[in-house]
Amino acid sequence: MSIKNLLKIALAALLRNKMRAFLTMLGIIIGVASVIAMLGIGQGSKMSIQQQIAGMGLNLVSVVPGSQQRGGVQFGASTMQSLKENDVNAILSDCPSVLAVTPEVRGSGQVVFGSANWPTSLYGENESYLQIRERSVQSGRMFTDREITSASKVCLLGATVVKNLFGAGADPVGSIIRFKKVPFLVIGVLSPKGLNTFGQDQDDLLLAPYTTVQKRVLAITYIQGIFTSAIDSKSTDIAAKQIEETVRRQHKLKATDQDDFSIRNQTELLSTFSSVSDILTVLLGVIAGISLLVGGIGIMNIMYVSVTERTREIGLRMAIGGKGIDILLQFLTESILLSVTGGIIGIILGIVASKIIGSVMAWPVIILPGSEILSFAVCTVIGVFFGWYPARKASSLDPIDALRYE
Amino acid sequence: MNTLIEIKKLKKDYYVGEVTVHALRGVDMLVSEGEFVAIMGASGSGKSTMLNILGCLDKPTDGAYILDGMNISDLSRNQLASYRNRKLGFVFQSYNLLPRTSALDNVELPLLYNSSVSAKERRERALHSLELVGLLDRMHHKPNQLSGGQQQRVAIARSLINDPVVILADEATGNLDTRTSFEIMALFQDLNDKGKTVVFVTHEADIAKCAKRNIIFKDGMILRENIVSDRILANEMLATIPVEVDI
Repeated sequence: MSIKNLLKIALAALLRNKMRAFLTMLGIIIGVASVIAMLGIGQGSKMSIQQQIAGMGLNLVSVVPGSQQRGGVQFGASTMQSLKENDVNAILSDCPSVLAVTPEVRGSGQVVFGSANWPTSLYGENESYLQIRERSVQSGRMFTDREITSASKVCLLGATVVKNLFGAGADPVGSIIRFKKVPFLVIGVLSPKGLNTFGQDQDDLLLAPYTTVQKRVLAITYIQGIFTSAIDSKSTDIAAKQIEETVRRQHKLKATDQDDFSIRNQTELLSTFSSVSDILTVLLGVIAGISLLVGGIGIMNIMYVSVTERTREIGLRMAIGGKGIDILLQFLTESILLSVTGGIIGIILGIVASKIIGSVMAWPVIILPGSEILSFAVCTVIGVFFGWYPARKASSLDPIDALRYE
Repeated sequence: MNTLIEIKKLKKDYYVGEVTVHALRGVDMLVSEGEFVAIMGASGSGKSTMLNILGCLDKPTDGAYILDGMNISDLSRNQLASYRNRKLGFVFQSYNLLPRTSALDNVELPLLYNSSVSAKERRERALHSLELVGLLDRMHHKPNQLSGGQQQRVAIARSLINDPVVILADEATGNLDTRTSFEIMALFQDLNDKGKTVVFVTHEADIAKCAKRNIIFKDGMILRENIVSDRILANEMLATIPVEVDI
């Protein structure tokens, strides 16, 4: 039998029972639509976590003081004063995989402008901060090397601070604000960055030269952390290794000594979060996959009923010259048509549903281009798999018995 | 006259559990081209088994069945299907039309299983068949929109579409009233006059008298054979049966 005739026969048979065909397809439609939507949501959340972590600086390698033993007593990491400005310079000159370095000192307190005040954090950095943290200046300018050397009382504000001190949309550049009674000239505003993965507001900060924060606010000589940017995201491990060697040499540690600092990079964080959202995606996908399986069983069930119900039709088709293979192919084609048509509708519905969920719930939803093709292939396989047994049963009927079937 | 059907010492056994049923116990039969044969017999006489074998739906246990020069016993299941498709036309008691399918599509059905016939030719031949049975004006009607007699005529049109060497009818008038039965027989007689060979099974004596020759089966063997001397011409018979009028 030609493929054209086969399709004509199978299509005509399905169209004789439009409502039933539609209801049978419904299982596949819902299954495929949920697979597409669930994978879309899973992919979307993974992507957004990745973007946020990348936004924190994917190339970021940080050095923080580590816990240390002195005379048998283990001291807490945050109390250590082991990191110095010299370490920063050494890292910059000795680590070829490091692109940029900034020291960091932090203080928190109330920032005051006129009658307004706001609790925030003051970050002391150098001019490489913007590059390392992947931030930019929205208005005004960044402080200069000279201002760092001279410990100038200049600062940049985050958007949240601007909003709370000056009101939304105001331009604070040129104003004088006070942080812990120290006056700062506002020279710029940072571009907003929103919340990070942990829900912290990344715009609630004051940025000043680290020397200013060290000398004029905190009155310390050590630094609380070193942040570096590797030349690319693949080099963070090498950079971390180089930094470790450099800092150990700087700190004159013996081979048997523990590190008095610790090094972190974002790739670990990224892989942790990625694996969490991968698990989420797999879980959603499995649930959706089960509904697809149920849809497939629905097809099998209906094809079974159909074979029994149409026994006389099968007998007739065999009597007038239909071979076993023709009958087999007819029923197989019917089930493939059901599953593939259901699959196409399901793909469209799934994409539409994803977009609606994405816009209503404000979730990022990403439809991977492969997922439609995969769903389509899965539907064809379902059609063949669940159609095979009923079709096999139909084709093995004896025409005489089938014609007499009541 | 060329011999169309040649049956020699044909036997058919069925095995039901451990019991062997001898449905046919040595049948010899000849049907020539252009004949009109009625096979009669009580139930269990083997006439249905005979028709199944004549229709190439079943193979004999022993003996030979030669249809249009081909020994059926030599053919495989698939070859039998193709042979039926090209050589035979079937008419059943319960019409066996596809539901919710137009008369035209029903008539076209056998040719869908013959890939050498194009869609255009298929349509032309279906229209011609419907014309032969006088239902051209009903070609788009579905079975449930047709009377029993009309449905049977659609089935006859379907049996004609592949230009079969023989039309096999199994109790084709069994579900119809007397008048409609004779209408169908008139159609068969008309087709027979045009040269079609017709073999049908019936248990109604009046209907059997419409044929030219009767073969009576009993206990799996031919009891007797006779040329119908007082042949009923269905058209003449119809004139004597009043048309039922709705009151």
